[in-house]
Amino acid sequence: MFDRMNRGLRNIGHRFIDRIWRLGSASRFFFYTLALSGESLRRFHLTVREIYFTGVLSLIIMLVSALFVGMVLGLQGYNTLQKYGSSDAIGVLVALSLVRELGPVVTALLFAGRAGTAITAEIGLMKATEQLSAMEMMAVNPIARVVAPRFWAGVISMPLLAALFSMMGVFGGYLVAVPLLGIDDGAFWSQMQASVDFREDIVNGVIKSFVFGIACTIIALFEGYDAPPTAEGVSRATTRTVVNSSLAVLGLDFVLTSFMIG
Amino acid sequence: MSDTIVEINNLSFAYNSRLLHKGINMRFPRGKVVAIMGGSGSGKTTLLRLIGGQLAPSEGEVRVDGRVVHQQSRDEVYRMRRKMGMLFQFGALFTDLSVFDNVAFPMREHTSLPESIIRDLVLLKLNAVGLRGARDLMPAELSGGMARRVALARTVALDPAIIMYDEPFAGLDPISMGVIVNLIRNLNDALGATSIVVTHDVHETFSFVDYVYFVSNGVVVAEGTPDDLRASEMPFVHQFVHGEADGPVPFHYAAPDYRQDMLRGVNV
Repeated sequence: MFDRMNRGLRNIGHRFIDRIWRLGSASRFFFYTLALSGESLRRFHLTVREIYFTGVLSLIIMLVSALFVGMVLGLQGYNTLQKYGSSDAIGVLVALSLVRELGPVVTALLFAGRAGTAITAEIGLMKATEQLSAMEMMAVNPIARVVAPRFWAGVISMPLLAALFSMMGVFGGYLVAVPLLGIDDGAFWSQMQASVDFREDIVNGVIKSFVFGIACTIIALFEGYDAPPTAEGVSRATTRTVVNSSLAVLGLDFVLTSFMIG
Repeated sequence: MSDTIVEINNLSFAYNSRLLHKGINMRFPRGKVVAIMGGSGSGKTTLLRLIGGQLAPSEGEVRVDGRVVHQQSRDEVYRMRRKMGMLFQFGALFTDLSVFDNVAFPMREHTSLPESIIRDLVLLKLNAVGLRGARDLMPAELSGGMARRVALARTVALDPAIIMYDEPFAGLDPISMGVIVNLIRNLNDALGATSIVVTHDVHETFSFVDYVYFVSNGVVVAEGTPDDLRASEMPFVHQFVHGEADGPVPFHYAAPDYRQDMLRGVNV
């Protein structure tokens, strides 16, 4: 009995220390990536290429999702607002929900699933097939040549994707509210214009998506770089990317929102 | 300038608290092709990584051009690696780049040569391995032997002084194997380089190398020219060279007594 308890406790302790250890490794990896970013900024075409893979190729899923999210917001918002006789405010509701919360958060979650997994699998497989070792032996630092361009591509892409997400979402809300539910066109746009504040709403949304961009990309890169060089190792790392990125995004969203509102 | 370009002195290396090498000594003279042979899992590839500075020894030292590798700063190690080339077991070609771009990669990273000169140099290297016509193919479109040759062209892209080969014959058909054997020898002599070949293919290796080290259980058990080793009466060398299933390297992994094991049954 005592033995089993002892073993259980030791197991918990071991896992806890392991997590802290990984967090430390990830932080070192993050700072190392920042320190070796000079080349990816000097040879910016390396970063542009990655922006195409992580950002441009994610556009379709982002825009289609945004359209549906906006349309659902329009329907749900109308349903609730009309009970209070303020269905004209639907434009404000759609815009604020998207710009402040749904835009950055849903974009980051989709980004983790679409681009984050691709980054982890690619880097993990590069490691498993010794491409990273080969690069090291060619006196090319893989952090500077492979990791840093992908990092900056993610950080640059995320706010742009979130902005496009919010824009498409507002358009989806408009499609439901104005042509379908008959809300006045002028009321929809003017109320939105009057109530959405540039500093409070839009800039805060951009700050959030920038932070999520850093978190999601560095998690995806670290998991790939740290993956055991086997099929199982890469598959587990890819799963961890989605799980850890999603949790990080939701956790960071709460922290950032409390600072922004407080 | 010393005659020896790479020296391994009294080197020990432990991996996950398992002692892989126990006091290894080796010399690699300039201009020679030297093989490191031994069974699978005897730490041959690890020796190449120790020479390249990707791992640090637990004890002893590796000297390249007279300088102790693990005592150098990261920048110095990277500078040293510019004089080295390494062919990985399965080529390790960059799968997102074409054959041409793979070979051009080290040139574009380390030189500021104009594209017209890089093109000429790449075609020169690809011609040397017989794959000038395959320049536009992607690595996924190459056979194992072709991928190895492209990787070899990339390895010698910057005319290295030391070329390391990790199992260059693994998984190749006899024709491709013959091609690689010729290329290793010819490239070494043409470039005036020193080659270190890690392998367990006895017959191919003995046909073209100048000197051989046999590694087993973390120590050098025999060394000499191929002729010396063919004539050797040492049990390990005899077993290895003649491919005998049992001998000093046992056929069975350490296990309890066979009879006892079978009689024990399943513990439910």
